[in-house]
Amino acid sequence: MSTGVGEPILEVKNLFIDYPITIGTVKAVRDVSFTLNKGDVLGLVGESGCGKSTLGLSFLKLLRPPGKVSSGSIEFEGRDIMSMGTEELRLLRGAQIAMVFQNPLTSLDPLLKLRDHFFETLRVHNAYISRSAAEKRAGDVLEQLGIERERLNEYPHQLSGGMRQRIMIGLGLILNPSILIADEPTTSLDVIVEAGFVDLLKSLKEQYEISIILISHNLAMVAEIANRIAVMYGGRLAEIGTAEQIFAEPLHPYTQGLIGCVPNINADQDFLISMPGSPPDLVTPPAGCPFAARCPKVMEKCAVAPPPLREYRPGQQAACWLYE
Amino acid sequence: MEELIRVSNLVKNFPVQKGIIDLLFSGSGQQYVHAVDDVSFSIGKGEVLGLAGESGSGKSTTGRLLLRLLERTAGSIYYGGKDISTIGQEEMRKFRMKMQVVFQDPDSSLSPRMSVGDAISDPLRIHGLSSGREARETALRLMERVGLTPAEFLYRKYPHQLSGGQTQRVVLARALVTNPEFVVADEPIAMADVSVRAMILELMKELKDEFSLTYLFITHDLATAKYLCDRIAIMYLGRIVEIGSKDEVFRHPHHPYTNALLQAVPVPDPRLRRKDAVPRGEIPSAINPPSGCHFHPRCPFAVDACKVGRPPLREVSPGHFSACILETATPQS
Repeated sequence: MSTGVGEPILEVKNLFIDYPITIGTVKAVRDVSFTLNKGDVLGLVGESGCGKSTLGLSFLKLLRPPGKVSSGSIEFEGRDIMSMGTEELRLLRGAQIAMVFQNPLTSLDPLLKLRDHFFETLRVHNAYISRSAAEKRAGDVLEQLGIERERLNEYPHQLSGGMRQRIMIGLGLILNPSILIADEPTTSLDVIVEAGFVDLLKSLKEQYEISIILISHNLAMVAEIANRIAVMYGGRLAEIGTAEQIFAEPLHPYTQGLIGCVPNINADQDFLISMPGSPPDLVTPPAGCPFAARCPKVMEKCAVAPPPLREYRPGQQAACWLYE
Repeated sequence: MEELIRVSNLVKNFPVQKGIIDLLFSGSGQQYVHAVDDVSFSIGKGEVLGLAGESGSGKSTTGRLLLRLLERTAGSIYYGGKDISTIGQEEMRKFRMKMQVVFQDPDSSLSPRMSVGDAISDPLRIHGLSSGREARETALRLMERVGLTPAEFLYRKYPHQLSGGQTQRVVLARALVTNPEFVVADEPIAMADVSVRAMILELMKELKDEFSLTYLFITHDLATAKYLCDRIAIMYLGRIVEIGSKDEVFRHPHHPYTNALLQAVPVPDPRLRRKDAVPRGEIPSAINPPSGCHFHPRCPFAVDACKVGRPPLREVSPGHFSACILETATPQS
């Protein structure tokens, strides 16, 4: 696994995800394509309802019905996830692609000791593993996360918020996956704990040579760790590029607005950019660019058809008619 | 600057609820959460004081004590020179008109069964300022001002029919309708989306100038505090550990905790990534806080003297106070 840094590991092509509901269909994800390379930390950012969490769930085929991928493909190491059967998926989830959810308290079982959480996870993928071997392995992972191995005997409620989140990461890493998806992992954490968590992710990335998809609304946190950033709006990718490109020379007006409206502790800001209006209703999304109604640079063309995602600078793609 | 609010030696202890097992086996001895532990500060007229700290630092409790939404255990609160900590509820009502509050979650601070217009004009009726058509007119004018337009149309809407940014505007309008002088804003943007946050912050800034407001801005987000506040107080486990002008506290932080907080704030710029690791550990329990300086178990500069006695807030530069006994604990930037 140490070889092949920079090679594609997850390829998403023209992905559409729908949630049919009584009043119509929520068009949650529209025509999303991108490639995750080995060793990448990809920040997937956007505001609530932009489709980022739905997209993350689809990589593990974990969309909750009635949600479904209506077209497009997701390939992990060349294998199509959408066509995988139950057994194949079982081997994929956790062992190849692991997911860490937002709220550790609802993901950990309050009645199970931490050791049992780890034992169960290991046993699902290796039926013959002994308790002692599982605990040895779990203890090793905990120590890497800065938690004493004795705490395996504790229950989730005995841990602090930051520790619970690290346990979640530990459970994600214990099977040595190649991709870790973390959905808003720091939302419930205080700023110092969050910073510690970001430090931890950085060091784990080195140790485990893992690719990470970090789903978050917190641009500043993502800027601390991601090497590439994808910005989503109204179910579509607005822009994707290296972290430096996204922050220094954003192409899409939405990205520009998003960066301008984040208070920066290092800057003396006299005003923040305001983006009046709110994101589109995804049951009846606009025919053109989803951002058109709020865009300061809107043109006639924008209302007609959604702009394609194209590369305008090496490694930087945007979906905007301005650059066509 | 004329002083509007002064708080001296404010204390709030919450008794810890005990279950039957504790009562049977651990005997007597009531324990307390020391939520606010001898806090003093003042806010000048037209000033924005930021109260920043992590969860459990006592910042929200302080805000509530100030408005007497919670009763203090000890200490006094002065509003315009008058001690309001001992006056009766009836007299307090007159002050309530001038002191308003905006909470974190607009959805839970609005009644789902009250229309937007009723919610905004209700304080006018409660305080007997106006009613009927007059109240409606006042509410509509304010709705226009905070960007709830078309006001006539939104007046009859209910909270669930509005977007997140709009509900936060309703809460702001409701707080301002009695023409207050002082507003406690308790994490008013914590739940909002990034683009909505910026709009609300901008609006709060404009309204402050227009209505000559004084704010106590409670936040865990130092970048936001820096954007809006004139002065900052940093709280840790119920105590103010550092207080001073925004420029002093951010440019020359003195207390190691302030420094740790500042270091931990993520910067929206990948070229300025944090290099040093942040201190480990989390905020301890306020039931049995550490002795001496509460921060000493996590402090990289702690010496033996830090473990005994509460470090007093001392002036490290004009108007800038720090509760650290060390001369220069932190490398100055």
